[in-house]
Amino acid sequence: MAALSQQPGYEEEKLRKVTELLPCRELQAGFLLSVMGQPQQYSYPSIFIYGHRASGKSHVMQVLFKELELPHATVSCVECVSVASLFEHVLLSFFGYEAASLLPRSPSLSDFVRIYRQQCSRSPAKQTRYIVMEKSELLRDADANLLPALLRLQELVEDNITVILLSEISWDKFRPNTGCFEPLLLHFPDYSKVELQQILSLDRNPSYSAEFYSSYINILLGVFYSVCRDLRELRHLAALNFSKFCEPLAEGKVKETDTHKLWRNIEPHLKKAMQTVYLREVSSHQWEQMQQMEKEAEPLRGLSAHTHVELPYYSKFLLIAAYLASYNPARTDKRFFLKHHGKIRKTHFQKKNEKASNHLLGPKPFPLDRLLAIFYSVVDSRVAPTASIFSQISSLVTLQLLTQVSHDDQLDAPKYKCAVPLDFICAISRTVNFDIVKYLYDFLQ
Amino acid sequence: AGCFVFKPSAKKKKTLSLEDYFSDGCEGAENSEVRFKLCQDLWDKIKTETEILQDELNRNILDSLLDFTKKCSSARQHSDWASQMRASEIPTAALVLGVNVPDHDMTFQSLFELLQQSVTPHVASVQAKECGGEGPSGLYLVLERLMGAVVSVDDEEQAEETAEQTIAQLHKSAHCSLSTLCDWYSTRTREPPIVVIFKDFEAFNASVLQDFILICSRYVDRLPLLFIFGIATSPSTIQHMLPHSVSSLLCIELFQSLSCTQHLATVIDKLILTPWLPFKLNSKVMLVLLSIFLYHDFSVRNFIKGVQLALIEHFHTQPLSVLCCNKEESLLNVMQLNHHNLERIRQLASFKGYLEKQEPKEQAKLLQDNTHLKDVCQRLIKDLHKYHKNYYPILRCLHTLTSALPRYPLGKQIRELHLICLEKDVWENEDYQSAMKLLNLEKSKSSASVRCFKIRLGPIPLSTFTDLQWKHNEYLSLLANSFVLEGESIISPVKTLQKKTDLFQLQKTLLEMNESRRAKKLSPFEVLRNETLEWIDSLVRNHLSPPESQTLNEVCYYSSSATVRRHLNATPRMSIQAALSSPYYYLQNENLKTEDGSVSNAAPDICIAYKLHLECGRLINLFDWLEAYATVVSAAEGNGPDFISSARFIQAVSELEFLGFIKSTKQKTDHVARLTWGGC
Repeated sequence: MAALSQQPGYEEEKLRKVTELLPCRELQAGFLLSVMGQPQQYSYPSIFIYGHRASGKSHVMQVLFKELELPHATVSCVECVSVASLFEHVLLSFFGYEAASLLPRSPSLSDFVRIYRQQCSRSPAKQTRYIVMEKSELLRDADANLLPALLRLQELVEDNITVILLSEISWDKFRPNTGCFEPLLLHFPDYSKVELQQILSLDRNPSYSAEFYSSYINILLGVFYSVCRDLRELRHLAALNFSKFCEPLAEGKVKETDTHKLWRNIEPHLKKAMQTVYLREVSSHQWEQMQQMEKEAEPLRGLSAHTHVELPYYSKFLLIAAYLASYNPARTDKRFFLKHHGKIRKTHFQKKNEKASNHLLGPKPFPLDRLLAIFYSVVDSRVAPTASIFSQISSLVTLQLLTQVSHDDQLDAPKYKCAVPLDFICAISRTVNFDIVKYLYDFLQ
Repeated sequence: AGCFVFKPSAKKKKTLSLEDYFSDGCEGAENSEVRFKLCQDLWDKIKTETEILQDELNRNILDSLLDFTKKCSSARQHSDWASQMRASEIPTAALVLGVNVPDHDMTFQSLFELLQQSVTPHVASVQAKECGGEGPSGLYLVLERLMGAVVSVDDEEQAEETAEQTIAQLHKSAHCSLSTLCDWYSTRTREPPIVVIFKDFEAFNASVLQDFILICSRYVDRLPLLFIFGIATSPSTIQHMLPHSVSSLLCIELFQSLSCTQHLATVIDKLILTPWLPFKLNSKVMLVLLSIFLYHDFSVRNFIKGVQLALIEHFHTQPLSVLCCNKEESLLNVMQLNHHNLERIRQLASFKGYLEKQEPKEQAKLLQDNTHLKDVCQRLIKDLHKYHKNYYPILRCLHTLTSALPRYPLGKQIRELHLICLEKDVWENEDYQSAMKLLNLEKSKSSASVRCFKIRLGPIPLSTFTDLQWKHNEYLSLLANSFVLEGESIISPVKTLQKKTDLFQLQKTLLEMNESRRAKKLSPFEVLRNETLEWIDSLVRNHLSPPESQTLNEVCYYSSSATVRRHLNATPRMSIQAALSSPYYYLQNENLKTEDGSVSNAAPDICIAYKLHLECGRLINLFDWLEAYATVVSAAEGNGPDFISSARFIQAVSELEFLGFIKSTKQKTDHVARLTWGGC
């Protein structure tokens, strides 16, 4: 606490405000400020901050820079579809449109450095400039030189600039194998239950007392803390369910202080929320509507309840054939699809070391020829190999019921995998009166 | 079978050239103009009719979608505590449309137009194939589409200076990003939502979609975004494609569209099972179109395209199709027929059948006197129209009666019954007889069954003929009376029956009841029921005879199912195989003609190579193949193997590889592998 409110070089008034806005993150903010030093001083070239989702990383940065009025550029790495937009954004924030427009059409890193230095010589930094990179784990997929360059940007542009990387994963997963400048690491730990309670209680509804809201948050955390520690989600859930919590109060059945009765009323409701709206089976909007409707008329079916897919007749058989090809070893095809296969036991086919069920191992790729051979032996009528049979295979791929394993460019003998679960294929086979279990090697007696 | 399919398409640059296409190679060119006009008129009618139909069918779902978008855009103005605290989610409509992807275009088109008209000018619709590519490039394309769609609308709509400036900046910076969009949007005075339609959700790259949603969620408090996902399979696919961290940014609401089979049923109802369209399909063509729908694509659009193809083919190949129009016009056209066409009428199978039934004197007159033939034709055309006028109501009548019977002896859908009737005399059909028996057995004695029978008879659509309607009403009122008369006396045995839960006991009682009933006289209800069924049976026998029995049916009925199948359900590989194994079929060269399916050694190299490869196993030794090839070729040309023949061989082999019959393999050197199905 003391560390944060007494940083040299910043107004005390502003620091106090910062402290207010950053509950439970004073320690981290204080550490950051001491690393950053006074505004005009050079700071450490790069700082790496990591911590889970909604642990306050971006919030802390935002509050610090906004309240202390420091020059900064905040970039989200998801948003930078190309390095060009990253460079443009940075130049735009520090030097305005003219500088950004100097960038060539597909700029390289050296273009950026050149323009930055050019601009910087005209308007050198009076205070440390900061670049905040959110979701910086995506930088690992960018050009190999980008991350090392950003880490020592201060040296490259010869300016008072600090790059702050925010990430959900630790620095160990970043370090390029060619080596690079090591940034200063700072960890944002998860909020504890007490801290969550403290933060969430701040959003109290103005028409109710602080104690009342706090007791509500307490009940909410009691239910949700074991599954969810994401502050954003918890806040959202708190807002969604608060009206239900207040219901007995509005009806005059209980007093604000009667926590036990309130708990008895809300607890089953919250449990239900955990299975539906928290998993986004039901949208928040529908959840609110369900609350308004008196005593749920009928339970709404969640998204995952709709799994039935209506397919054309031959597509069903193609999918069945694909499933069989994916889960049966190729050498057993003779046993299943030749007319006079005789009685051959499973042990006959079993190789050494082959004990695991194919269903546990997942689908295996198969070539088109095998798929069609099985298709023609399972389908009960004579089917001409028309163009539409082949186009159905490609539509099954676009519908993500099959996946193409080989590359798109491979025209002859492409390979596929079946991407549907057993339940799904059983339902499909039932509609065409095909007993699929009889044809699956795993279920052979 | 032809290898290259020629699809007559209605969309050519000029109408003039279209007509030229039509009359080119047209059978009986002298009246091709009239036929072309008739054909076009009919197609226009079909087209408008189906469009209206589509709009009506989609109305429900589109209306609810519109409501959703309006509600979402108005909900943004709220500022109570709960909506402030709630995480700002992007409202998303998951529109489940079914796997008939070709039909979706029309739905999205009308959705797009509706949204633009009544909700917002900023609608962008993106398709996976336009936004291909993985990672950043795919994402960039999505953004570009969005910006393009949203900003271009504005270009046309209003030319405010500020807006233009930002657009200029946008184009200059050449980077599409949501922040620029956001800047542009903030200069606007009104705040209509921005709707992004993902037409084919499944086809999108999952990571592109996730990134896009993540970016959008950063701006959702400044940009009123709204997504519509077009889903072909099932809504659970959303959860497969988006992890919880992303799907928690969306507020997803589900919209289910009409199933494609219902859609088809309506189209058939309005297009096929009506007398207003003079053009008809016979049972085989109908069967081809239906099987393409049910077995292959579920696409109503393709079904209508099939009807269009049949329509064009009919008018193109059948000179007598001038008579295929409404009654007045066709009566006029009969008078215009020239000698050629009258001769054609005399050649019609159905007319010959008619001729045989006439007296010799009349026969001679019909064969020689053109004016007399015209008069008779007018009468026959009238008969044909009358046949159609009666056929459809009676068909519906029979369908309403039988569609609720257990196990659907005559089909669940009316189209199945229609197919049966088209094929042959329906009353000869075993299923028809068993259906009639079932109706006869039905509920002799309970009040519920009387009601049931009444319900079954009630909605029979007979309003088109007043005399039948009258009789129908009479039966209905009689039925009601019999119910009142017998109602009370019957209830008691039924009640005792319900009390017996033991299966054996129940069977025994039922048998007893049956015995006693046989002994008894028929009850008034049974008399009435039998009478009604006899009446219906006579209606069926009179009016549901198959079209082949009607004279001049060739004028209206298109019957070449092979053509339709060849055009709509092509078999490219079989065509290539046919070409390779019997080149005479395509090249029409006498030297290539062979019996017993063998290939003459004068055939093209690729044919010889193909023929030889058929005799090999899965792996083919290239050298053996070459030897065999050289032997065949040298036998034809009388010289030994040389470099030229081996070069020709290599060329033939690479052509076969290109066609997907063989491919190189790593299993054995000098070998190639045979492919049974090639690629797709």
